[in-house]
Parts: sequence; structure tokens; C-alpha cells
Amino acid sequence: MSRKLEGKIALITGGSRGIGAAIAKRLAADGANVAITYSKGADAAASLVKEIERTGRRAIAIQADAANAAAVEAAVEKTVATLGRLDVLVNNAGTAIPKPFEEATLEEMDRVIAINVRGVFVATQAALKHMNSGGRVIMIGSAVGERVAAPGLVPYAGTNGAVKMFTQALAREIGFRGITVNNVQPGPIDTELNPAAGDWAVPQKAATALDRYGHVDEVAALVAFVAGPESSYITGANLTVDGGMNA
Amino acid sequence: MADLSGKTALVTGGSRGIGRAAALALGKAGAQVLVHYGRRRKEAEQVAEQIRASGGRADTVSADLALPDGPHDLAKEARVVVGGRLDILVANAGISRPATIEETTVTDFDELFAVNVRAPFFVVQQLLPILAEGSSIVFVSSLAAHAAVSNLSAYSATKGAIDTIVKHFAFALGRRGIRVNAVAPGIVRTDMSNFANTAEGRQFAIGVQALKRVAQPDDIGKVMAFLATEDARWITGDTIRVDGGSKL
Repeated sequence: MSRKLEGKIALITGGSRGIGAAIAKRLAADGANVAITYSKGADAAASLVKEIERTGRRAIAIQADAANAAAVEAAVEKTVATLGRLDVLVNNAGTAIPKPFEEATLEEMDRVIAINVRGVFVATQAALKHMNSGGRVIMIGSAVGERVAAPGLVPYAGTNGAVKMFTQALAREIGFRGITVNNVQPGPIDTELNPAAGDWAVPQKAATALDRYGHVDEVAALVAFVAGPESSYITGANLTVDGGMNA
Repeated sequence: MADLSGKTALVTGGSRGIGRAAALALGKAGAQVLVHYGRRRKEAEQVAEQIRASGGRADTVSADLALPDGPHDLAKEARVVVGGRLDILVANAGISRPATIEETTVTDFDELFAVNVRAPFFVVQQLLPILAEGSSIVFVSSLAAHAAVSNLSAYSATKGAIDTIVKHFAFALGRRGIRVNAVAPGIVRTDMSNFANTAEGRQFAIGVQALKRVAQPDDIGKVMAFLATEDARWITGDTIRVDGGSKL
């Protein structure tokens, strides 16, 4: 049985750990060859590449901080040069600096915007040069882009709101090329950035309808669906995967 | 893709259009499908036969969902066929009565709400005893719930009600491990949508959509089937627009 993403090339930004790593593994399991970018996690990225290669797919890891436009553009070009084409871009790299708004600094705000919004602009513009009909641009936004479950997330929530409208506007503009643009919005997912064990997790877990944290694989499963052929009529959509937290 | 094998599914309004596409997609994925119909027995039988012909299991059941006790009858019948466990409910049955505000009659309005809102609410209520942990309920919303399209204000209000029900049901049933979502199609080529079959309708669709083709029922059915799979196990309380990027 042929796999849904056989022959496809996917680039996942911020793919060395957490949700990004799960997405890379899942897209590879569905048949894609994958490139990931990372900023600091060179060891994690290298071991993920080996893990994917052991399954018979090709994988490469490229060092590129999402805030560094030249590095991000180079990563896109290297993906195409090495793997031959680009079908799926997953704009997963993102950051949050949780703290009370009145203590947040302009430097922190600039950093969050640089990675969560400016990084998406750069990667997407570079990727679209190479994408054909059937291409997929997939943002990893946040459920916080729709409803704010907790204090301390003003810059993060603001950038995720920006990603939502970026998605809709871009979907409208490039739909004629047969490329879809969608925004996957995870709720509380058990990662290093937001561990399911800890004080911070208690109210988030209670806010979900399913009464548990999500797993990175559960976000990756939705990304795989959006990357695949069965979602071909979905574009400009904000797809929430949050165990019902925003319900 | 046989990832729904061993699961039981009920699709209301499964004889044609989007419901038919959902029934076929679920059957293809390995689910045992119960195809509900109101009046179109022959078409429903053909859907079931098509699923059986590809090696699947399927039956039909009739119930008039415009009647107050229609959902109760349907649930009773469904339990006879699927037994004590239902994994997938696609509450798809619906009617449309295009009319201007002035043309809309009280009878039309009441029928729209009876079939499109009351019936799915009580179908779920009556099936709750057999909706298993891990089961998936999929409702049908509409682009029209979120944006003005054509002369559909009363119909659109029923779909807005569905979006509200999705959120409340998702939260109320989440602790039992039941997921509740909706898909919101835009303009789709079905028998129900006379508009989509006209040149004017196609032109309108292409104009408001990002993608430059008009949806076929299968475009929607595939997403409904995805929502029933393990891959969607963290998705609940959401209305997924499957509208080619309409009115973005």
C-alpha cells in the first residue's frame, strides 16, 4: 500500500525536538523525505536524522535560527538542492516568553515577533518559489490565537493572532496555484516548554474537555492529515487541536 | 487505509450528497456503516450495496427526522443493528429552503430547525447510552453560519446553532471520551444545492473561494472520515471549514 506522502519533500522549521520532531517523524512515516531546521539542538537534530534514516527515508538537519532571515532562506534552498523539491512547509519554529505584560521588555517582544511572525514570512516566501500545485504551507500557531487560557502570554497570543490572519490572507492570494495554507493550533501539549507535570499544567489540563494534556504525536497526526491528499479542499482554516480547551 | 475496522458508524441522511460521501469514506476505511435515510430508500440501499461490494458491512435504516420522535425511533433501530456500541455518528441529515426574509414562512422556519437542529440534538441524546469511549460525533455546519451567502438566512441560523451545540457537547461529553466536531462546507455540488449546479453558482463559488474549483461531496466526506480516526483523537469542540477558503 502506497503511503500518503510518498515522493513528497517536507521542511519543518524548529524540527529537532517537541512538536516539530514529532511532525518530522510522522511525515517521514507517511512516506515523505524531510528536512528540519534547528537553532541550538545540533545533537538532537542529528539523532532525529539518524532515526528517520533508519526507517528508509531521507532526512537532513540544517542549522538556522528562525530569526535569521538569511539562514532561513538558505535552509529552504538547501532543502531543495539536497532533496530535489519542496512540497510541504511546516512553520513550526516558535517561542514564548511567559511573564506579566508589565514586566515584558521590548527586546523580548521583538524576539517573539521575529521568530513567530517574521520567521514565518521569510520561510514561506522562500518556499513558495519552489512549490507547485498540491503544495502545502502549514503554520503551527496556537489555541491561544483564539482564546487566552492564562495570563502572561500577551506577546505570544498577539503573534499567534497575527499568524491566523497571515494564513487566511496568504490562502486567499495563492489559492489559484493549487497550494493550500492552513494553521494548526495546538492546545496544551506535553513538551519541555509546557510539561504536563507541574503547577502550570493543572489549570490547563482542567480547561480541556478530554481532561488531559495532549501528546506531540496528536499534533503531528493533524499536520499529516493537512499535508496529505484528503485535506485538499481545506485552505485558510484555523484547525484547533486542543482536547476541547477552546470549546 | 483501513483504520476504522471494527468500528460501527451511523450516517444520517446517508443516501446522497455529503452524507453518501461520508458513508462511503467510512466504509472504505473499514467501518460497519448504517446508512440512514428519510425517503430515498433506493439510493440508501445503493450506498450500502456499494460498501458491501467492496467487502465492507453496511445496512440501511429509515426514520423521519422532521418528527419530534424521529430521533428516538432512529436510535432504537440503530441499536438493533449495531448492538451495544456505536463508535461514529455523522449527524448529516439536513434540509435547505432558500428564501428571502420576506419569503420565509413560519412553517419553513420550523421545519428547518426541526430537521437541522432538534433532530441532531436528540439523535445524540438518544444514542448516548451506546456511544463508546473514544467515539466521534461529526455534525454538519456551513460556510453560511459564518458569512452571508445567497438567500439562506433561516437555514444559516440552524447551522450557527450547530456550531454552538458542538462546543457545549464537546465539553459535556469530553469526560466520557466522546469527541464532538463539525465540518463547515462551502458551496458543494449536491442535489440539495441547486445553486452550486448553476453557472451563476459556480461563478459565485470561484469568486469567494481561494481554490478555483467547486467542491464535490467527497471533498467533505474525506474530512468527516478523518475526524472519526485515531489520528483525530485530540480534536474536539472544533468546526473545521472545508470550503476551499471561502470568504477568508
